[in-house]
Amino acid sequence: MRIELDRAGNAVRAVIATFALSALLAAGGARAAAATAPESAGATAEKVSEPVDWQSWTAGNSVENVASLQRGARNFTSYCLGCHSLKYVRWSRVGQDLHIPPETLAKDLIPPGDKAVNYILSSMPAADAENWFGKAPPDLSLMARERGVDYLYQFLKTFYVDPTRSTGANNLRLPNPAMPDILSSLEGLKKAVYRTVQTKSADGTSSSEQVFDHFEQIAPGTLTEAQYDGFVRDTVNFLDYVGEPTQIQRRSMGIWVVLFLLVFTWLAWLMKKEYWKDIH
Amino acid sequence: MASKQDSPMRAPGDPLSDGTAVPKKGFSGWLNKRLPVDEFVDSQLTGYYAPKNFNFWYFFGFIAIVVLVLQLVTGIFLTMFYKPGEATSFDSVQFIMREVDFGWLIRYLHSTGASAFFIVVYLHMFRAFLYGSYKAPRELLWIFGMLVYLALMAEAFMGYVLPWGNMSFWGAQVIVNLFGTIPVIGPGLVEWIRGDYAIADATLNRFFALHVVAVPLILLALVGLHLIALRRTGSNNPDGIEIKANLGPDGKPLDGIPFHPYYTVKDTVGIAAFLVVFALIVFYAPTLGGIFLESANFTVANPVSTPPDITPVWYFTPFYAILRAIPDQRLGALAMLLAIVAFFFLPWLDRSPVKSMRYKGWMSRAALTVFVISFVGLGIMGMRPPEGVYVVLGRVFAVLYFLFWILMPFYTRWERVRPVPQRVVYHAH
Repeated sequence: MRIELDRAGNAVRAVIATFALSALLAAGGARAAAATAPESAGATAEKVSEPVDWQSWTAGNSVENVASLQRGARNFTSYCLGCHSLKYVRWSRVGQDLHIPPETLAKDLIPPGDKAVNYILSSMPAADAENWFGKAPPDLSLMARERGVDYLYQFLKTFYVDPTRSTGANNLRLPNPAMPDILSSLEGLKKAVYRTVQTKSADGTSSSEQVFDHFEQIAPGTLTEAQYDGFVRDTVNFLDYVGEPTQIQRRSMGIWVVLFLLVFTWLAWLMKKEYWKDIH
Repeated sequence: MASKQDSPMRAPGDPLSDGTAVPKKGFSGWLNKRLPVDEFVDSQLTGYYAPKNFNFWYFFGFIAIVVLVLQLVTGIFLTMFYKPGEATSFDSVQFIMREVDFGWLIRYLHSTGASAFFIVVYLHMFRAFLYGSYKAPRELLWIFGMLVYLALMAEAFMGYVLPWGNMSFWGAQVIVNLFGTIPVIGPGLVEWIRGDYAIADATLNRFFALHVVAVPLILLALVGLHLIALRRTGSNNPDGIEIKANLGPDGKPLDGIPFHPYYTVKDTVGIAAFLVVFALIVFYAPTLGGIFLESANFTVANPVSTPPDITPVWYFTPFYAILRAIPDQRLGALAMLLAIVAFFFLPWLDRSPVKSMRYKGWMSRAALTVFVISFVGLGIMGMRPPEGVYVVLGRVFAVLYFLFWILMPFYTRWERVRPVPQRVVYHAH
């Protein structure tokens, strides 16, 4: 697998995209900033006094990073496809967009017996899944667009051991999930550590509340913390791509359309000036 | 069709006017004998005089036409792949987004175009508020414009349901149920609109029929009437002076210039600049952070799963905020209706002797400022969950909104207006 990154093109794209976003909207600006800002989220807080602010963690992924998408596709087929489908995406499309040669696609990604032209479907029967988990695992084709990449990143990073749950695991982003901590073999097991916060209500009575503080690793996984973080980012990146496979094409085409329109506007303005010379 | 000099109708025996006075040769001559091409150009483009002092605000009428054409063309292409129906709608939109060549572009052009249409129309309406373009003799022109706006709202609402996302479903649920607040006939009416006891397959299919055939036809007819009425009265201008009152020796308005070529070249600049912004959104922020395309709509309609906050798309939120500002649903719906109907009475509520804000007094200026703030404020409140400070602010804005309309007949009469010049103010660049 090879990385194909047009760095110059990327820079232009980034500049235009940043200009577009900052000029046009404040809402979307947050995501652009997240994409360009150096990543600091993910590391466990070293100072015990500061509670881990997992809600501010951002995926910081880039669908222009083909190598990351390739790793994400591998992660998806190895760890997600058992339960989750991508019913709007064909294997061949993934191979084409992610520059995966057909032989590699067939050998490493497509399950035995499946064809490249087929949609990416899990072989788990929905009825069984509902029996086992209480609800059928959702299709992930559009999950990144529905929930956002940061949500997915936070979800996959905040599983913790909870003996009260039938799956043995709970989650901060999505409390009481039907999904078990399927990635615990990679990440290891971690425990949520709480701290007690005293709150005074308006009528003067004080009550104490258990608030999440940080995670404590209780069993190691096969990956280091940094490796697991990369694993999650690649997977989320792949889901981002899958949510809108045309987004790379969209951004690269946009530059030329906008440049053409700018030149056209300039020419139209010159023509207007020429015609309006005789209006006094 | 009015001829250049408004001459009475030609008697059957009289010679033909301009077009044949100097008989043309070749194809142009052949064509003009059969179709009044030159007459049309003479009367509607080169012979149609528009005030020369149009400013920035006068781009948006022309831009609205371009967006309308864009919506029609992209809409036609979308119908080639879209399959209405509970079981097929959502999947077919994903098929368009992923597997149809440039389907994503067509769809984003259409979805961004819908929002752009409202932005352009709101700016176009603001222009009318600013320069009194609704005042006599342009009352009908204004009313046709308002009917276009109503048709546009119906068109946008039904188009929003078609992708059959979860917000489509729940948005339709909320808006269709508003008709249920009408006394006596309400519940039956809602059932009749839905074609079922719930928003379902039948609703989706009839909304498709209305969205792609019925409402566009109405929209085109109304836009036609809007333009015909405009041609009769002529355009207003930033000074609010009738240019037809100052005719030159040749019978042309002294402050007017032919629409073509002057405004065709000028509007081309406006269109091009608009398209730059439009393309930036289509290619770099097609969801505009969840405002143009909402994240809850990336999951299929589900009657048993209500989204956390049901909000309509941004262009309906000012009226939605008024609906929610009143605790009683029936009164809320009535207030919402009044908030829209008020626009139709604008030509008669404004009793100022002058048209343009340039010559109106400080009260009108202050009132319009408050109106714009309250309308935008309501729009923002309509997108927020109805809790805490948003409810209070929503009510404050709603009161200000209605005060603007209720007090208009008074402040437009009481305030001191400035003298209106004889001729338009124009500084050549």
